[in-house]
Amino acid sequence: MTPPVSRATNERASPEVKPVLDWFFWLAVLGVVALYVRAILFTPMDAMQGNAQKIYYVHIAAWLPAYFAIGVMALMSIVYLWLHDERADRLGEACAEVALVFLTVGLTTGAIWARVIWGAWWVWWEMRLTLALFLWFVVAGYLVMRGAIDEEHQRARYSAVLGVLSALLIPFIHLSVYLFQARIHPMPVALQPGKPKMSDEMLVTFLSSFVVFTVLAIAFVRGRYRLALLRERVQAQLEAGA
Amino acid sequence: MTPPGTLRAAWLVARKDLTIEFRTRTAFLSAVVFAVLALAIFYFTWDESIVTAADRAPGVLWVVLTFSALLGLQRSFGIEEHDRAIDALLISPISRESIYLGKAIGNLVFLCALQAVALPALIVFYNLHIASAILAVSGILFLAVLGIVAIGTLFSAMAVNTRLAELLLPMLSLPFFVPLLMCAAAATSRIISGAPASSARPYLNLLVAFDVVFVVACTLAFPYTLEE
Repeated sequence: MTPPVSRATNERASPEVKPVLDWFFWLAVLGVVALYVRAILFTPMDAMQGNAQKIYYVHIAAWLPAYFAIGVMALMSIVYLWLHDERADRLGEACAEVALVFLTVGLTTGAIWARVIWGAWWVWWEMRLTLALFLWFVVAGYLVMRGAIDEEHQRARYSAVLGVLSALLIPFIHLSVYLFQARIHPMPVALQPGKPKMSDEMLVTFLSSFVVFTVLAIAFVRGRYRLALLRERVQAQLEAGA
Repeated sequence: MTPPGTLRAAWLVARKDLTIEFRTRTAFLSAVVFAVLALAIFYFTWDESIVTAADRAPGVLWVVLTFSALLGLQRSFGIEEHDRAIDALLISPISRESIYLGKAIGNLVFLCALQAVALPALIVFYNLHIASAILAVSGILFLAVLGIVAIGTLFSAMAVNTRLAELLLPMLSLPFFVPLLMCAAAATSRIISGAPASSARPYLNLLVAFDVVFVVACTLAFPYTLEE
């Protein structure tokens, strides 16, 4: 009866609705399982830090994908403002969500480790902590704003503007914390945050934790991107039906 | 009639906003009362025998100014939503950058006026002896307010067009105020405590750099926040 509508619906609904959780995602999960079996059972304990050191295999590994995802988010914001390509917006959104997850993991595991090793949950003058905390707020603000806008082009434009400004903000937060750090004290408490020398087994586990977490982050971004596509498709079908 | 240039148009927009504010005085009065009230309340949140009033004055000043600034910034684009006044601004023959600059100038005047009340109130309530440093402190205030206005005006324009409206403005802008507030508070406390002016230098450099980068970036970004 209304051919244009039904054709549009078919186009949106038709081919290549790829599953959100596919083989790549399960491969990443398998990698995480293998990593922790190795880290817990087959990697020696640190002589100084004891079991607390094992948190490195979550904590430090989480930072790499977190910062990488924020970088991609900022880059996609610039791409969107330039080309107005909705794929850039979707990828930016996916990266922001994944960055928030990994930043949360990094901050919480970091606080737990710091309580054991430095004797304090939080040390404001440690630059990396403070920078990560404010990045968390920036990314959270980005996602809350996205949730508060219904119109998709407006949402994409606003997100891109915020993404670009966030990229400009990062060096300023970094510099201002650096100024404070230089004033108060050089580095936190007695034990340095620097890595002790690692045995070969530990180093292999440590490096593979980076690989595994990066693969996991890519799997999350990939799944989240597909979820965004599916959502748009459902939205279009609802609008076509209404 | 030829359309006005960017700066002239910006001034017209600013004058319109300031005239509205001057005739109604609602935002300014509430911001002033809020600022003075907060200064008074903060006085009782520390133990006087542990931290002296002069030591906490810079921190109090910056917390109070940030939150009273948010009160003013929220109104900046909020008033354009009534009867869709923003549409009239958009169809007028002026560039979008000049709308942003005009709004920003209006906010700058608003916040400077607010400080002209808050700073003397701080000096009185906290018994500061800073007659010689008053110019330096005012200068720092101006640098920080410039950055707050650059960010806040843009985010105010964005926030009014979302479902969360006023709730979103603090959430978006406070992380951006962090470097400003850290540097401004550090520089103010150095000046007030009588340390040599050169010790405040790195903070002032960072403030100036922040202002330059974000005034330019926000002016360029503003057209993207309007409906096309």
